[in-house]
Amino acid sequence: MGSPILQMRGIKKSFPGVKALKGVDLDIYPGECHALLGENGAGKSTLIKILAGIHREDEGEITIYGEKKIIPNVHASKELGISVIHQELILVPYMTIAENIFLGQEIKKNRLYIDKQKMEEEAQLVLDRFELGLSSKQNVATLSVAQQQMVEIAKALSINAKIIIMDEPTAALTNRETKQLFDLVEKMKMKNVAIIFVSHRMDELYEITEKITVMRDGTYIGTCNTNETERKDLIAMMVGRTLNEFYQKRTHDLGEKILEIKGLNRTNVLEDINLTLHKGEILGLSGIVGAGRTELARAIFGIDSIDSGSILYNGNEVLIKKPEDAMNLNIGFVPEDRKRQGLFLQETLGFNISIQSLKKCFRFIQFSKTYENLIVNEGINSLSIKAFSSKQNINDLSGGNQQKAVIAKWLALNPKVLILDEPTRGIDVGAKSEIYKIISDLAASGVAIIMISSELPEVLNMSDRILVMYKGRITGELMSKDATQEKIMHLATGGINE
Amino acid sequence: MNNSLSVNVKLGVKSYLHRYLGILIGLFALCLVLSLNSSAFLTSANILNVLRQVSINAILAFGMTYAILIGGIDLSVGSVLALTGTIVTGLITRNMVPIPVAVGIGLILGLFLGVFNGVIIAKTGIPPFIVTLAMMQIARGLAYVYTNGQPIRITDGGFIGIGTGYLGPIPLPIIYTVVIFIVVSIMLNKTKFGRYVYALGGNKDAAIFSGIKIKNITIAVYALIGLLSAICGIVLSARMYSGQPTVGNGFELDAIAAVVLGGTSMSGGVGNLGGTLLGALVIGVLNNGLNLLNINSFWQLIIKGFVILLAVYVDSVKKKK
Repeated sequence: MGSPILQMRGIKKSFPGVKALKGVDLDIYPGECHALLGENGAGKSTLIKILAGIHREDEGEITIYGEKKIIPNVHASKELGISVIHQELILVPYMTIAENIFLGQEIKKNRLYIDKQKMEEEAQLVLDRFELGLSSKQNVATLSVAQQQMVEIAKALSINAKIIIMDEPTAALTNRETKQLFDLVEKMKMKNVAIIFVSHRMDELYEITEKITVMRDGTYIGTCNTNETERKDLIAMMVGRTLNEFYQKRTHDLGEKILEIKGLNRTNVLEDINLTLHKGEILGLSGIVGAGRTELARAIFGIDSIDSGSILYNGNEVLIKKPEDAMNLNIGFVPEDRKRQGLFLQETLGFNISIQSLKKCFRFIQFSKTYENLIVNEGINSLSIKAFSSKQNINDLSGGNQQKAVIAKWLALNPKVLILDEPTRGIDVGAKSEIYKIISDLAASGVAIIMISSELPEVLNMSDRILVMYKGRITGELMSKDATQEKIMHLATGGINE
Repeated sequence: MNNSLSVNVKLGVKSYLHRYLGILIGLFALCLVLSLNSSAFLTSANILNVLRQVSINAILAFGMTYAILIGGIDLSVGSVLALTGTIVTGLITRNMVPIPVAVGIGLILGLFLGVFNGVIIAKTGIPPFIVTLAMMQIARGLAYVYTNGQPIRITDGGFIGIGTGYLGPIPLPIIYTVVIFIVVSIMLNKTKFGRYVYALGGNKDAAIFSGIKIKNITIAVYALIGLLSAICGIVLSARMYSGQPTVGNGFELDAIAAVVLGGTSMSGGVGNLGGTLLGALVIGVLNNGLNLLNINSFWQLIIKGFVILLAVYVDSVKKKK
């Protein structure tokens, strides 16, 4: 195994009012992929930021290549061969891959002109070394999220990074793209690059990591070899208790038909969509990213127009041309990107919860603050949103609590049909379980739910029925008791239901 | 964690002070320096004079605050002001239209031009900067065409009174400013419309997904600005005894400066009218003071430019903390 490339001992870090890290150890060896696992707020981000030179540790030692080091700033971190691939990509869209890779360290000709050709050649070398199948002359704007991520990694490798930190790299990737990323990770391992990998998706950890370090509330819980540890042990380490019923799915009888879609078309996007939804039902919508699931939700909710087809609500044909039409029918939509589409990040928790219910707060033209508070408090209490006050800025809440706020916003309108697009993306295990409970409770109270999800275990465990989409069409329907991951993937990749 | 949350944590005077601390200190320091250097500054006559001069810019800046809050801008305010001013004076002197009717027509014209801006911005997606830049030219051109480039003189006491009259000791333009400030503040802070303005500027996508009619909000905002510009046009032409096609050049930039000084974010979603009012006051006091100190008007521009840079810089430093 050799000696560790990076050793952290007793790292402590406090922020005003919070002890973010209370003595964390970490050993990283060359050529290994090492997962950092923990719920949001466990201190993973702080630890990463210390390595990246954004924060300085209060106490503790960092040893790199056997030498004690301090990392005063981002530049020093890069000098030491550490590179962080952030969740939000920081590439310039309208520049080529080569220009992005050499951004800030351009190769020059005659000390004045930028040597475009040389940059393209060098960039191509890096791309080829890891067989990325990209041309360095390509414009970054034309790349998929996954490809952009690989360019980020190539950028890191081009400056000879020895430790690459990936913060939830797969959050926005499809299964196939994730596979490509993992191939790249394997190649990096062979070239003795160490990878620190942060992800909430357990399956992935088993796929690519050798070791897992678990953190909880800023403390170091332990490091284990991935292949010797079971999932439930990891969860127990993370949450400090065993989660008996992770999915909290309850079974109950379904009500009558509430929503029916017949022959819905949107040119080049959706083709001949037929579906029915019953009161109290959780309908899982599965498929790979780009299969048209979100597009279908947008069409039902009136954000995108449809070219043909009809929507029946409680048996009556309805026209949904804009979101308000859907809202008037008590249809709600929790979008997939909560930061971009669901929340007003500069505003308070209360603002975000009540924004859609303001109409109800009016007595003639008199705005009733009391009634607004009622709505907000009801949302906070019924979904147990953790915040100091409803005046707290939404941006300061954890991902799970933000997601609950988006759901609370809709619950205030008493929806009869609720479309949830990737309801648990990027939130930690404990919060996931709580969201599952909320979904189950809603269904039990008679709300019909369409749940779009890329996480197969989630779809399998939560849905009563599963529809699979491929290239804008529904390719199959499975009852959840008959469904398996393989069957879904078969349909999601264009296979036919036997 | 317990969930008995109190929503009604009132934003006290303290936090209000904190929010505007920078600009308040600036305004205070400015007043202090001026009153030490010029005996004329702290007289009630001069203070009323400053406030009256501030009034037009403040009213325009209130509208501009709305535009900037939704992530837009309105460059046409100065031109719309000139056009409505000339048309109203023209209607009264040339066509013998009764004053209330002429004023009404002027207000409706301003509202219409604003709606025109808003509809084009909302329906076509052309950036507000460009749409209102075009309107800036169009309205200015119309004002020249209507007046043939000459000021329209007006001496009718009833009309002149709109701009030069007093309520007790206080000039009417100051009264208008206060009344409009109260109305637009209530609209922004206490109504659904105001919430939606913040929502639209803060996150347009989330606003769409929340079923907010963003097109209507956009149109309403530009309509409001058109209306406010028309009010200013009428008041100003009354004060100047004439409708002048050249008036209001650069007013849009003064309004933007007041908004920015008041701490409103140019990217939308963050800001308040209280700040804008303070911003307009700073600009007004600065203008007045530099005049009292007999500083060359060319130098005044340079000083004002640096003051804006400094104030916004201080604000951005404060925000980073």
